[in-house]
Amino acid sequence: MLIAVLAPFAAAGFAPLLVRLLGDRAGLVLAIVPAATFVWLLSRLPEATPGVLEATPWVPGLDVALDFSLDGLSLIFALLISGIGTLIVLYAGGYLKGHPMLGRFFLFLMMFMGAMQGVVLSDNVITLFVFWELTSLASYLLVGFESDRPAARRAALQALLITGSGGLALLAGLVMLAEAGGSWRISDLTGAGAWIQDDPLYRPILILVVLGCFTKSAQWPFHSWLPGAMQAPTPVSAYLHSATMVKAGVYLLARLDPALGGSPEWLWILTGIGGLTMLMGVVFALLETDLKLVLAWTTVSALGTLVFLLGPTHEPGVKAAMAFLLVHALYKGALFMAAGNVDHEAGTRDLTRLGGLMRTMPVTFAAAAVACVSMAGLPFGLGWVAKELIGAAKIALEDEFGITVIAATLTNLMLFCVAAIVATVPFTGRTSEAAAHAHEAPWPMLAGPVMLAALGLVFGMAPNLIAEPLIAAATTAVIGRKATLEIVLFKAFDWKFLLTLATFVAGAALFLLWRRSAAGWRASLNPVLDRGPDRGYDQVMRGLAALAAWQTRIWQPGLLHRYMAASFAVVTLAGAASLTRGEMRLNLDFDGGRLIEWAVFAVTAASALVAALATTRLLAVTALGMLGLGVAMIFMLFGAPDLAITQFMVETLVVVILALVLIRLPGFRLSAGGARPRWLYAGISAGTGALVTLLLLGVLAEPFDPRLSEWFGRAAVPEAFGHNIVNVILVDFRALDTLGEIIVVFAAALAALAAIGIGARTRA
Amino acid sequence: MEAPLALLIGLLTGVATWLMLSRNLIRLLLGFAVLGNAVNLLIFTAGRLTRDVPPIVPAGAQAIEGAFANPLPQALVLTAIVIGFGLLAFALVLAWQAYVRLGTIRTDEMREAEPPEEAKP
Amino acid sequence: MSSLILRAATRVLAPMMLMLSLFLLWRGHNLPGGGFIGGLVATSAIALQGIAFGPEAARRTLVLPPAVIAGIGLAAALVATLPAGLAALPFFTGLWLKLDLGDGATLPLSTPLLFDIGVFLVVIGGVCAILLALEEDPETDPTEQP
Repeated sequence: MLIAVLAPFAAAGFAPLLVRLLGDRAGLVLAIVPAATFVWLLSRLPEATPGVLEATPWVPGLDVALDFSLDGLSLIFALLISGIGTLIVLYAGGYLKGHPMLGRFFLFLMMFMGAMQGVVLSDNVITLFVFWELTSLASYLLVGFESDRPAARRAALQALLITGSGGLALLAGLVMLAEAGGSWRISDLTGAGAWIQDDPLYRPILILVVLGCFTKSAQWPFHSWLPGAMQAPTPVSAYLHSATMVKAGVYLLARLDPALGGSPEWLWILTGIGGLTMLMGVVFALLETDLKLVLAWTTVSALGTLVFLLGPTHEPGVKAAMAFLLVHALYKGALFMAAGNVDHEAGTRDLTRLGGLMRTMPVTFAAAAVACVSMAGLPFGLGWVAKELIGAAKIALEDEFGITVIAATLTNLMLFCVAAIVATVPFTGRTSEAAAHAHEAPWPMLAGPVMLAALGLVFGMAPNLIAEPLIAAATTAVIGRKATLEIVLFKAFDWKFLLTLATFVAGAALFLLWRRSAAGWRASLNPVLDRGPDRGYDQVMRGLAALAAWQTRIWQPGLLHRYMAASFAVVTLAGAASLTRGEMRLNLDFDGGRLIEWAVFAVTAASALVAALATTRLLAVTALGMLGLGVAMIFMLFGAPDLAITQFMVETLVVVILALVLIRLPGFRLSAGGARPRWLYAGISAGTGALVTLLLLGVLAEPFDPRLSEWFGRAAVPEAFGHNIVNVILVDFRALDTLGEIIVVFAAALAALAAIGIGARTRA
Repeated sequence: MEAPLALLIGLLTGVATWLMLSRNLIRLLLGFAVLGNAVNLLIFTAGRLTRDVPPIVPAGAQAIEGAFANPLPQALVLTAIVIGFGLLAFALVLAWQAYVRLGTIRTDEMREAEPPEEAKP
Repeated sequence: MSSLILRAATRVLAPMMLMLSLFLLWRGHNLPGGGFIGGLVATSAIALQGIAFGPEAARRTLVLPPAVIAGIGLAAALVATLPAGLAALPFFTGLWLKLDLGDGATLPLSTPLLFDIGVFLVVIGGVCAILLALEEDPETDPTEQP
């Protein structure tokens, strides 16, 4: 299985080279990879129930492994990915014939294929997430493939941001789930039943995971990126944005259903949002004129249907979802590719400008028509089967959810109408101007739609070919017990059958109505209904940019004193906050000082105050010198003659250097001028000083550990033959530190020389 | 005498902060020097104070009898004084060169890296 | 700066300070002093000379360019680590060689002493490099500024 996941990545690496060698025929060679995967997966069909596991360690220290599992659910997705992938690679070779970036396109496409296989086959939480994010990245690159168009760039970024933020939520949710469950293997987490629902973290986990799945699968209100993603080349729309990637969210919901599903929260969120998305998508589809956008909105609707069906967590629902998943992938893949053919050959995909293509593009028309039979749910299409199963699922729910039945029936009705539109409007009627010069697409572009449409028809007539091995197997994987399925095409002539017929009739009526007044609906409804979340996205993005600019102005004004003030304030506040934790003892022993000590302290303190308030340089430098001498006296008084001498010498040299530099700088006075928050800065300064005093008093109240100092005192003479312990520490015991310190002095000198040298050269 | 010294160190730190928050580069560097003194005293004091007995073993003896000043912070502070001085000298040279190139010693006018007009979105 | 008193005083003081710095360096292992302090005292002497007689005179006193002196010091400090390395002892282990001078007096030579000399030279070289560069900036003569 590792090979099945990695092969597309390897192929991706070779894709640009192949395109350079073989030109447009590279697609034929690359298609071998998914085709081989498809055949291999078919050969594993019998093993899919109960499922097999393969593990390869990856980052064992973090419990991240390349664990792969194959069960019915993975298999149905993997088959779709590799099967449709084969046709798409073929198709893309024709669609992008002669495109200068074809190599890059195949690179992204194969990378996506590998990532998507990784998502559905992973059994490790982290691995799954990595592949999940890879699909988002591949989608970003493919939507923005025509990167010279601003619309494509915007759509790509929107898709990435929405799915990417969802991905972050998902990561949090998955990590919490794995932590709560004590395992990083998905099979462990889902195999243990619904234990998680008693966990206090259940609701946060559920919400985070659902956010990830809903953004990926374009559920309301995160759906706006999917119609935008139609900016991608059509093979991408057919593959990523209808058949596979957008279903990743559905896959994960189904995968985690045994652990997370079955609760009232799960039921309400999935059924509610799914139902809303289902209805909304199909309504918007009726209002579009762009063929691809019509299909995109029905995809949104279909994704809503899938989520809706997973909500109740019962066997009929899961069966219906799995069947519908398959049906939708087949007919939508075919329709997208057919729409691509129309666009490619006629030069437009605007429904109001198309017509009569049936005569010039008969094969495309045939494929589209057959696919639409399936989409509309007419008999002999696979859609009929799915519809039967959905009907059964709805009836199982009927007692509690009358309203959902109505929503689903309405959706069916409108979907019928959309199918009629897609099948007839571009192809029948008067030959439009755009269609006049069109001719049939080349065979690689026909293979896909014809094959998928034909499969839909074959399975539609003999549904039991797939009922048991695919749908029942996938259902078994989701519900965790053996499911069987035997499909009877025509059950009975009862009220359900009548309802179906009524749906068809109403759909046909709606279609006739649409032909007459669609333009009017668009004019009146589009401004009201249109793109609430899409506009919301724009507003959020504008808000983010404004927020970024605003906070940049606040935090990075380019004023050094503000940066310093912020740094000092934060350090002081953090220190003060840490002081409030726990009881703190202070050393407040002010007795026993000698007069000379108090005098030295007083002089030092006075010098410091003068330095702070001095307005002339001479006074400030003098005060600084006095302060340094005071410090040297303190060292002297408390048994540190070495420090006192060093401090004294340094203070002398500081004054010399200060004098040398100050004499070159302008202005005698030190007042900075200009407004600055004086009182705030004085407060920050006072706070910093107070914090240091408090910390030191606290440290001094703690018992002192003299062991190290006493050891130095004992060892200096016997071991290092030195009587001045300070010097012994410097040049013997801790000589490495001293070495570092003289390197610093050396570096400072070199840097100063370099600065002066550079200055001299710039002036020269 | 540690507690009064702690007060003095707090005062020095506050003065150093105040000076470093100035727009005038010279004051900023003076603050830098004061902060160096404050930190040196802080380390010295945290190692406890002992009056009048430097950590020097009398000639002929193997160790000091009785209490003596803690040598470890002294060694740390000694190098810190020298390094602080090296750093201050370097910073002063830098300030002078900055003035030569930019014509100002006000930090709010030194905006080559972040020019004010770029602050707008 | 052409103060007669300063020049006269410097003529006496600077050599004395240099001598003192060597003395402080030598006795540093047993009494207050050492490489840092000795280096700073010597630097002060050079600075004094620079102020009294100009940077050229200071450079003549140093003989070598200050950056070179600092480099030699760093090299000396590093060389001081070698004997321990050759003797397969831990890095920076102090090694002592006590030369007998007769009359019971010994001259203790050691790697810590060599290291301290390195410190001494780095401090002199490093600080003097900055000081002299400031004193003799070609463009701006400090005496001309207000």
